[in-house]
Amino acid sequence: MTYRRFTITIIAMTVLLVLLGVACLLFGSVDIPADKIADIVTGKGSGNKAWDIIILQSRIPMIITAALAGAALSISGLLLQTTFNNPLAGPSILGVSSGAGLGVAIVILAMGGSLGGLLGEGAGSYMAILVGALLGAGMVLVTLIAFSAIVRSNTMLLIIGILVSYLTSSVVQLLNSVATEEGVHNYVAWGFGNFSGVSAAQMPIYAGVIILALIGSALMVKPLNALLLGTRYARNLGINVSRTRNSLLLITGILTAVVTAYCGPIGFIGLVVPHIARMSLGTSNHARLVPATILAGADIALLCALVSVNNPHGIIPINAITPIIGVPIILYIILNRRRIQYFN
Amino acid sequence: MNNDNAILTTHDLSVGYRNGSQQVTLLSGLNLVLEKGKLVALLGQNGAGKSTLLRALTCDEHPLDGTIEISGRNMHDMSQKDRSRLIGLVSTERIQAGALTVTELVGLGRQPHTGFLGRLDDEDRKIVHQSMVDAGIIGKANEYMASLSDGERQKAMIARALAQQTPIIILDEPTAFLDVASRIETMRLLQTLAHERGKAVLLSSHDISQSLMLADELWLITTDRQVLTGTPKKLIADGAMDHLFTNRSIHFNHDILDYSF
Repeated sequence: MTYRRFTITIIAMTVLLVLLGVACLLFGSVDIPADKIADIVTGKGSGNKAWDIIILQSRIPMIITAALAGAALSISGLLLQTTFNNPLAGPSILGVSSGAGLGVAIVILAMGGSLGGLLGEGAGSYMAILVGALLGAGMVLVTLIAFSAIVRSNTMLLIIGILVSYLTSSVVQLLNSVATEEGVHNYVAWGFGNFSGVSAAQMPIYAGVIILALIGSALMVKPLNALLLGTRYARNLGINVSRTRNSLLLITGILTAVVTAYCGPIGFIGLVVPHIARMSLGTSNHARLVPATILAGADIALLCALVSVNNPHGIIPINAITPIIGVPIILYIILNRRRIQYFN
Repeated sequence: MNNDNAILTTHDLSVGYRNGSQQVTLLSGLNLVLEKGKLVALLGQNGAGKSTLLRALTCDEHPLDGTIEISGRNMHDMSQKDRSRLIGLVSTERIQAGALTVTELVGLGRQPHTGFLGRLDDEDRKIVHQSMVDAGIIGKANEYMASLSDGERQKAMIARALAQQTPIIILDEPTAFLDVASRIETMRLLQTLAHERGKAVLLSSHDISQSLMLADELWLITTDRQVLTGTPKKLIADGAMDHLFTNRSIHFNHDILDYSF
């Protein structure tokens, strides 16, 4: 019974992923006939250079970027929710995304340029940007671990995460005050969230790191399930809790850092998607939750991307769309928490 | 101390906690023996150190001094994995597993025996099934944990410990949140596991009269921080029961096997 529900859910999410991917290919700010797009994708070329470039260097990279970003943020959220035993945890609400953002800002500034380098090719500098994001995210995660040992309350930990976000954004703004005007402009643009920032040349690193970390998360299914019972039971089941926790937070840090560095601090996806996966599967068993979270995350991000680029008056920032999807779901969960199985 | 049935022994064990730089010893010089096939109840008033002692025995807390041996091996020299095959735990910790079915939850008990990804094979599934039968929760095998009553949930947690197939089961106040009927049922179940399966079962409890009636042995933490051990009969005869509570207006009533005031 549960396996049938799992199979149906996975098939539905995969079909949706394909449909959304095709839609993102077909619809954008420039109208390109569908048969021409098919020609470009199959390598024949449309005979229109501009169209070739739009499809191959803009739409396809955006589709891959969005799908992977959605999957990465959603898995981050899932791992954080299980690790901290907190259903409202997520990379943005706990300040992990803003920590990564701070790391990025510091690197850009230290490299002598303005924050503008963020969106450009940066002459190989994006490795440094990535490392900066990773260190920033890691710093916040270590802070959270330290606080979670002191404050036992879930709500307090969320508030600490929000405080960390405020602190990092104030540091970033202080950095901005010494940056160039162009840098500030680009930083603000980056903060809107955007899936078009990964060029075809940057794609191998972006995709490679995310896919490896996603595989890593899939290998953590056994300890993740043990952690559902709390740390004492997990230890009793033979799990090395501190090592597991460190591995989980490392994976979370990598996923959030990479996405944040390239796409900006994207809110809500990481918080909401694990709940969508749990509700559609009716389980908190990570063996089924991890694949469903990856697919649902990719779906949601592609939907956001599709809405974002199909506005006649210009691109809508991703962070203007995610709350519209995310807030109603979170409110539903909060209001129905007594009825939803996994809260009990 | 040659005892063929002894499975867990402590040697000059001291337990307590650290408060900043201060070390607070709750119990010291403990030489306890837990035997196969026996149901042992750990009794003592709140704060006496019941949970602290159990946390030391399950290796959740390092003892302040002394050693704990299982079948002659020092427990602290073992890996987490080795220990997980020796001691099964049922605690009162809040769990997040409401959306797991009973079968899935009990299946987690197989983790010490499964591979890297935790997949269950046919043999594991058989053991999970039998554990649910033994714990009397098989009727709810496909229900969500969230839909169970407190008593049923406790049975599922006991089934999970059974699936772990450990010779020792340690339970931290397993009957604390249960109504009278479920308390008796749970205690009877634990007694059966000890007597018929040969498991060494150690539980902490507040329920004096039930422990006196159903346990084979008591570990009694007295008000002067001694741990007295023996059969309920012996401890009652020795007058040990009079040293369980500090409050002088509460005294042990030998006729009803419980406390009066």
